[in-house]
Amino acid sequence: MASTAKAVEPVISAAWGKPQSWTLDSYRSRGGYDGLKRALTMEPAAIIDEVKKSNLRGRGGAGFPTGMKWSFVPKDSPKPKYLAVNGDESEPGTFKDRYILENDPHMMLEGIAIASYALGVHTCYVYLRGEFKFQAQRTQAAIDEAYKAGIFGKSLMGKEGYELNCYLVRGAGAYICGEETALLESLEGKKGWPRLKPPFPAVVGLFGSPTVVNNVETLASVPPILARGAEWYAKLGTEKSGGTHLVCLSGSVNRPGVYEVGMHTTILELIHDDKYGQGMPKGRKVKAVIPGGSSAPVLGADELDVALEFEALKMKQTMAGSGGVIVMDDATCMVRSLWRVARFYAEESCGQCTPCREGTPWQTRLLRKIEEGRAEMSDIDLLSGVASSIAPYPPIGLGNTICALGDAAALPTHSFLMRFRDEFEAHVREHRCPYGDHPWGSFGDWS
Amino acid sequence: MAEPLFTPEEQKKFDAGIAEILSHYPSDRKSAGMLPALRLLQDLKGWLPPEGLRLVAKNLEVTPERAYEVASFYVMYHLKKPGKYVIDVCTNLSCSLWGAEKMLAYLEQKLGLTAGESNDKFTLRETECLASCGTAPCLQINEDHHERLNQAKLDAILAKLT
Repeated sequence: MASTAKAVEPVISAAWGKPQSWTLDSYRSRGGYDGLKRALTMEPAAIIDEVKKSNLRGRGGAGFPTGMKWSFVPKDSPKPKYLAVNGDESEPGTFKDRYILENDPHMMLEGIAIASYALGVHTCYVYLRGEFKFQAQRTQAAIDEAYKAGIFGKSLMGKEGYELNCYLVRGAGAYICGEETALLESLEGKKGWPRLKPPFPAVVGLFGSPTVVNNVETLASVPPILARGAEWYAKLGTEKSGGTHLVCLSGSVNRPGVYEVGMHTTILELIHDDKYGQGMPKGRKVKAVIPGGSSAPVLGADELDVALEFEALKMKQTMAGSGGVIVMDDATCMVRSLWRVARFYAEESCGQCTPCREGTPWQTRLLRKIEEGRAEMSDIDLLSGVASSIAPYPPIGLGNTICALGDAAALPTHSFLMRFRDEFEAHVREHRCPYGDHPWGSFGDWS
Repeated sequence: MAEPLFTPEEQKKFDAGIAEILSHYPSDRKSAGMLPALRLLQDLKGWLPPEGLRLVAKNLEVTPERAYEVASFYVMYHLKKPGKYVIDVCTNLSCSLWGAEKMLAYLEQKLGLTAGESNDKFTLRETECLASCGTAPCLQINEDHHERLNQAKLDAILAKLT
């Protein structure tokens, strides 16, 4: 479709693609670190109020209001406070943080400096997923520049006596470490086993001290809020969620990529509009869309005229999650798709909770059996039962495990079965996959 | 006598690296340096030999079992010596929609390995999501990322690996 979607002023992606956009010089020439300059003239409590007023919601998946999260940190704690940046981007369909780290890492670093000052933090750890070698190099180079320029180090951009250190830590290949308490365990040098909550990290976090864990995009959103004001930022979004939205478009579309959109943009616009996905390849039709990373319940083709926004997607019993929109076309086998997703959660389960440790591989085995035409009809009900033992459906987010990985593993199963049960039954009836052995055959289509 | 773990030059790098890592953490939290210390060891030796794990543990003042526990939890650490080139192929949903299953089958046939197997030159692994879904299909070779792959591009990349 020609471009009809309402364009938004880019906030996070404004400099992407510009020459040397990742350097301090480039960042400063665009007004970089002006937000920090203003923040340093304010009382810490006023900075937190400003972020609250902006309606910024966490961009790591859960969408929790950022200012409120910051206000949970006890002010009178005798222990040191920490900031941990969650850059463990690993959920299938999600790849936005890597673009921030590659194109504009100082935006995140300025967010770190502002958040640290507001919270009374003197040490920040940036935790990046282990596979991000290039992104880690670029982020480290930006950290080095910030130290050299006196932004980090003994005095926070000239604020005498305020020391702020920022260290980069690379993970080593474990999706679970994106869960905030598992991330803290990993930062403490342990295997990434999530902790029971409460206590929440804001009170008992890294090394037993109050700790805020924020996503890369969340922190990158903070400098513009301070530089241009909370009201301006809030107005860019909806009543309950300020700012713009980075969405990651992948799967069966002509132009996959990361796009900064207004919260009012619908999934249909994202797929078809000339500014974004530019429609489906080879004249195919949309069959299904996962709207918020692989854990978000799938939507059918008739449910896509919906805004990519927290509340609107919640009304459809799914979620905006981490912004990962995966498009499947009418040549896609839904059983095989779910098997791919289920396999991920089975591989990535940390093994701490029995329902998840045992249930996720069981789901995978059942799906393989169905896909290969070896299953009975009762296996479909068994699959549903196994998913329910990990996390019943609905409601979202009340599973039988310590962390949300269990929910994330069960929700796709519940939703695929609810919307595409006929396909599962067809596999059983026909004793084969109706789409053949290799339903996805586009290796080589990139020119 | 067993061969020493490090050459003098490697030893120097290891000692300097450990000192740098420990400077990032409170002095009573040396064990927090485990992930970067294991990475340092692996960068030097290509894998995590048992005597190296013991050395990391000693430096971080934890038991060797603790070092092993952490090393065995994360997929990027190699507890066995891998091939010279470790190829991690993403086959998650977005990559599969762009042909990753076929790419893996092509690699298996070309390298004469099934995913999960190694020879001296290659370790081929099927991996879970490399956060590059918009530029699928993708893979990593020793942490170097390659994306938007087709057969010709993949052949050109493999031809450069000696």
